[in-house]
Amino acid sequence: MTETYSLSHLKELEAESIYIIREVAAEFENPVMLYSIGKDSSVMVRLAEKAFAPGKVPFPLMHIDSKWKFKEMIAFRDNYARQYGWNLIVESNEEAFRAGVGPFTHGSKVHTDLMKTKALLAALDKHKFDAAFGGARRDEEKSRAKERIFSFRDQFHQWDPKNQRPELWDIYNARVHKGESIRVFPLSNWTELDIWQYIRLENIPIVPLYFAKERPVIDMDGQLIMPDDDRLPAAWRDKIEMRSIRFRTLGCWPLTGAIESQADTIEKIVEEMMTTTKSERTTRVIDFDQEASMEQKKREGYF
Amino acid sequence: MSDSKISIEEYLSQDERKDLLRFLTAGSVDDGKSTLIGRLLFDSKKLYEDQLSALERDSKRVGNAGAGQIDYALLLDGLKAEREQGITIDVAYRYFSTNRRKFIIADTPGHEQYTRNMITGGSTANLAIILVDARTGVITQTRRHTFLCSLLGIKHLVLAVNKMDLVGFDREVFEKITADFHAFVAPLGIPDVQCIPLSALDGDNVVETSARTPWYDGPSLLTHLETVKIEGDHNLTRFRFPVQYVLRPDLDFRGFCGKVSGGVVRKGDEIMALPSGKKSRVKSIVTYEGELNYAFPPQSVTLTLEDEIDISRGDMIVHPSAPPQRGRHFRTMLVWMDEEPMDASKSFYIKQTTNTSRCRIESIDYRVDVNTMEHIAAERLALNEIGRAVITTSKELFFDPYAENKPTGAFVLIDPITNNTSAVGMIACAVDSGDLHADSGLPVLDLPALGIGAEHYDAIERAVRSLERQGLGIKVVR
Repeated sequence: MTETYSLSHLKELEAESIYIIREVAAEFENPVMLYSIGKDSSVMVRLAEKAFAPGKVPFPLMHIDSKWKFKEMIAFRDNYARQYGWNLIVESNEEAFRAGVGPFTHGSKVHTDLMKTKALLAALDKHKFDAAFGGARRDEEKSRAKERIFSFRDQFHQWDPKNQRPELWDIYNARVHKGESIRVFPLSNWTELDIWQYIRLENIPIVPLYFAKERPVIDMDGQLIMPDDDRLPAAWRDKIEMRSIRFRTLGCWPLTGAIESQADTIEKIVEEMMTTTKSERTTRVIDFDQEASMEQKKREGYF
Repeated sequence: MSDSKISIEEYLSQDERKDLLRFLTAGSVDDGKSTLIGRLLFDSKKLYEDQLSALERDSKRVGNAGAGQIDYALLLDGLKAEREQGITIDVAYRYFSTNRRKFIIADTPGHEQYTRNMITGGSTANLAIILVDARTGVITQTRRHTFLCSLLGIKHLVLAVNKMDLVGFDREVFEKITADFHAFVAPLGIPDVQCIPLSALDGDNVVETSARTPWYDGPSLLTHLETVKIEGDHNLTRFRFPVQYVLRPDLDFRGFCGKVSGGVVRKGDEIMALPSGKKSRVKSIVTYEGELNYAFPPQSVTLTLEDEIDISRGDMIVHPSAPPQRGRHFRTMLVWMDEEPMDASKSFYIKQTTNTSRCRIESIDYRVDVNTMEHIAAERLALNEIGRAVITTSKELFFDPYAENKPTGAFVLIDPITNNTSAVGMIACAVDSGDLHADSGLPVLDLPALGIGAEHYDAIERAVRSLERQGLGIKVVR
């Protein structure tokens, strides 16, 4: 057989991501991989396993639990971590939780701010992590398209889009002062299709909610919301109907809309995605708060 | 999706085999660059409906296009402040694919003060598209962009002569511009240059060749992007493996992780570790999927060796028959990236491959005027200035001239106080230390003289090694 010296786009992206992940493990004292339990996180986690095979990954996984995640996500998280030997850290904003903060009572903005952003920042401070991997992709959202792979955060975890470090070739500047940190995005150059293709080729386990199934849903102002526990306000309880649905993104159940779908395999999901007319973040309620809202959240430290 | 109907399985297995082309777009503010990119994304059917409807909404509020027209540029200008100013100010990355290839676009602005961004976007690009307005032709900015592409070693260049609709698709206009451009580009030694007449607004020669330019027999822009050959762009002759991470899961396994940064390595190859010069053979090339028989750029792999030799991060594994250059003094092209101008009395961290060391800037041979290519005497460099400089590092580096192998010839300078990436550079050649007022400048730890017991030597050596990784060179006498 003749030797070839070119890589498919997926193998090239994989090699780039592995390089980035190893670079962080080598350059930082206390890195952590943020784990959202979503499909992108699942790919990122597998890339970390690949980067250090046959050894163990030298940093922990951390999940910020907003206390409103789908139960299937939590079960998947615990199973995966156990099966693959990950050191899993789970952190929440317990104070806000005890005060009863949630999307139905406080609205999506307050909920996201307290249970996700504040919880994340407190956890990063508590463990003194100097680098945190995130699974964000540049093709997801306009402000992410301009972010570096090594994204510098000041001591308040804030991103300043006007003051980003130049990032050239594959030479990443990992130097920070005490209290400052770097968010690292090893999937920056992957697209949604790349992620699905990779999950398919590598048989990467993902939460079953991505696949279509008959599930109970409520049409809340055009978003199909799947009630996942008894915190559903009474007014909605008689509006539940069964439909074949799946999720394109996963998050807090009252803030994540499902789509009607029959796609119960990865192939069917990709087919649906190629022919669909809506991009994946339309089912994320938080993006609609205001124009450039993701940019605002990133500046505040939520990714 | 495709011309003929295929099943999703067929589609996915086709998609799986596509390769990746990264390209840079550069042009002046009004050259229609964002419109061209919007058109590429739009016509390759990557735009989802809701992105389009959001676009229509935004166009009504802040759009610069005329009433009723979609402003493609709004698709690209990600950040709020920029949108209000109506200009892109940083590098933005865009993704699209066709049936033949996947593409990553680095979209960079063309203003004078943002050389920094173009350099950033261009460092990973296989190809650059330089836009000119058919009405104005090759202007100062065109020359600057082309010079920066040649500086970065981009091997494929496209001159996109845009707004041909505004000059009546006049062949003579196009030919005059391409003649001007070729005259300018020839001495820069860029191996592949393609000039294409187009109208980004109307779509002529963007995806399909246009009936309005019957005199043009070249490919459309997209066809060119889909077919340009990039396999040969990596250096496949001299094996370079900067060690990134040492993997030691148990006593039986000791692997050296890294990216192949040049050449091809095969199982059984004789190798040499630098700086020690110790030799061994490649026992296995390990990946998660199993062992490989050979590895090539830009694969990330783990090497195990037949013999136990001491290798750590920052060392380099090479073939003994093709060693890199080594030294502490070299001549470089330096691009200043920091708001704070160069202070030649300061020392910097230098990061080259996986190696961080301290360095200082010895002297500046000249500054290059990026508009005229003239060499100008200079004492220091300021933001966006480019100059030829001599650098001395606190420890020996292993490198190749950037023109021969980018990954081992590139470096960044980091300010030790602000931690900003102050400058980026490309190594031209080694400099004989006899030409410099040399002093090694390294602090010395003379262990016997300090009365330290031999049983502590290894621990001290390890501590010094770890300081070295952070760029603090110390010489240990045992």
